[in-house]
Amino acid sequence: MSEQSVVRVGRVTKTFPRGDVTALQDIDLELAPREFVSLIGPSGCGKSTLLRVIGDLIEPTHGSVTINGKSARQARNDGDYGIVFQDSVLFDWRTVAKNIALPLEMLGWERQRRRQRVAEMLDLVELTAFAEHHPWQLSGGMQQRVSIARALAFEPALLLMDEPFGALDEMTRERLNLELLAIWEKTGSTVAFVTHSISEAVFLSGRVVVMSPRPGRIAGAVDVDLPYPRTVETREAPRFFELVTQVRELLRQRGEHLLPEEEAVLE
Amino acid sequence: MLAVVVALLGLWELYRWIWTTTGWTWPFLVDDSSMPHVWTIGHAFFQPTQVNQPWLITILLHKMAFTAKEAAAGFGIGAVVGFALGVLLVHSRLLQRGLLPYIVGSQTVPILAIAPMVVIWVNPKLPPSLQGWGAVAVIAAYLTFFPVTINTLRGLQSADPQALELMRTYAAGRWAVLWKLRVPASLPYVFSALRLAATASVVGAIIGELPSSIQDGLGGAIINFNQYYTFEPQELWATNVAAAVLGIAFFVIVVLAERAVVRRAPENVA
Repeated sequence: MSEQSVVRVGRVTKTFPRGDVTALQDIDLELAPREFVSLIGPSGCGKSTLLRVIGDLIEPTHGSVTINGKSARQARNDGDYGIVFQDSVLFDWRTVAKNIALPLEMLGWERQRRRQRVAEMLDLVELTAFAEHHPWQLSGGMQQRVSIARALAFEPALLLMDEPFGALDEMTRERLNLELLAIWEKTGSTVAFVTHSISEAVFLSGRVVVMSPRPGRIAGAVDVDLPYPRTVETREAPRFFELVTQVRELLRQRGEHLLPEEEAVLE
Repeated sequence: MLAVVVALLGLWELYRWIWTTTGWTWPFLVDDSSMPHVWTIGHAFFQPTQVNQPWLITILLHKMAFTAKEAAAGFGIGAVVGFALGVLLVHSRLLQRGLLPYIVGSQTVPILAIAPMVVIWVNPKLPPSLQGWGAVAVIAAYLTFFPVTINTLRGLQSADPQALELMRTYAAGRWAVLWKLRVPASLPYVFSALRLAATASVVGAIIGELPSSIQDGLGGAIINFNQYYTFEPQELWATNVAAAVLGIAFFVIVVLAERAVVRRAPENVA
């Protein structure tokens, strides 16, 4: 497995000089091809920082990150990953179609090839009818689907997602969870998914990595043995609840570090 | 729109009527010289200023066209220079700290004080076709560039930090970040500056004509009709109306251009 890992994080430590905060300490993490891995933990556990280190948006203080066997810097320059933030970060002045085309423009694709791919992506996220709309004319859930389409437009091997559904209501979130899995099964990307929600992490992932704060560390991992494709019924299966409980226990074991308001997040 | 114009004209006449019938002299004496009837001013447009001369409106239209040429050139220069300065400043904190105080300082110098120097410096270097009015355009540009620079800088800095992060994931260079993200994000700011600059360029052109002794524009006409104000006040008033119309026309053109260019969420009006 280690030979073909898509992501390999080796003993990564990140300290921020201001306030002398250790955001990440000795993180080891590997993501196999086509794997869907969630990073979960209370605020301040460094899960978003870890995602940014993988994406070479933040440099680690110690340790190494390789993506597809290359350095993180090289991987970013080669366009090896797509990213989705909590906010959709769409450009107001571009239509939905033009927003999806943005990374393709950056890669220097020809207009005809761009148009064809954008059409495919619109079809994938079922927004073909809204191609010529502007972002502010869409609901939050639709905006996030555009953001996902943009991230996947150039078929990156790796998809980084930073609480992509955190700002959405529960019902929209559950629907988008299903859509995301359908898209993932079609595209075959490897996904690193940061979330606050235990049930979301278990429902989506093949593996849930639990992190604990101060300093940010990996507390443990839970392998989710629920079969794909997952459906609405998956959320009601007894095994689903067992796994949710396992993740919650792991979070709680490390709870001695938590502040009261962080405890509340876990409930 | 038309109703407002009619109401303003009505207010003018009402004020005139109250002050003349009561004989009030505060804050100033109201008579045919200080506040001519609106119809006297209107009528003046369609009268020759002297025997055997064309109507005033014909003369004013020519002068408006001349001043419009100066103002448009000044607006163009000011907008381009102002925008370029904004782009330069956003890329260098050092330049921002070093240059910005002088840019602000440049606007505290009264335009009338520097206009003669500009005329003397600029005019000899201009080809014959630009003689005279070219220097006035530079003076108009001096008034125009400032709001454009300040707002361009603010607009370029308004780009969402997460959007900048997204561009980093594409390994985007400075140039791509500028044209695909910063400039589009700045356009609402730039256009609100251009609206200010449009009217400022007309004022700058009119004032710039004064020290240049240019007779072909509205500035020349204002000086000229000033001298006859006690006999023919309506002619100066008519010129003022012409200047206002020109300023409004410039403003409207910018607003129309903005509607054509800027696509933004209705709530994000800068």
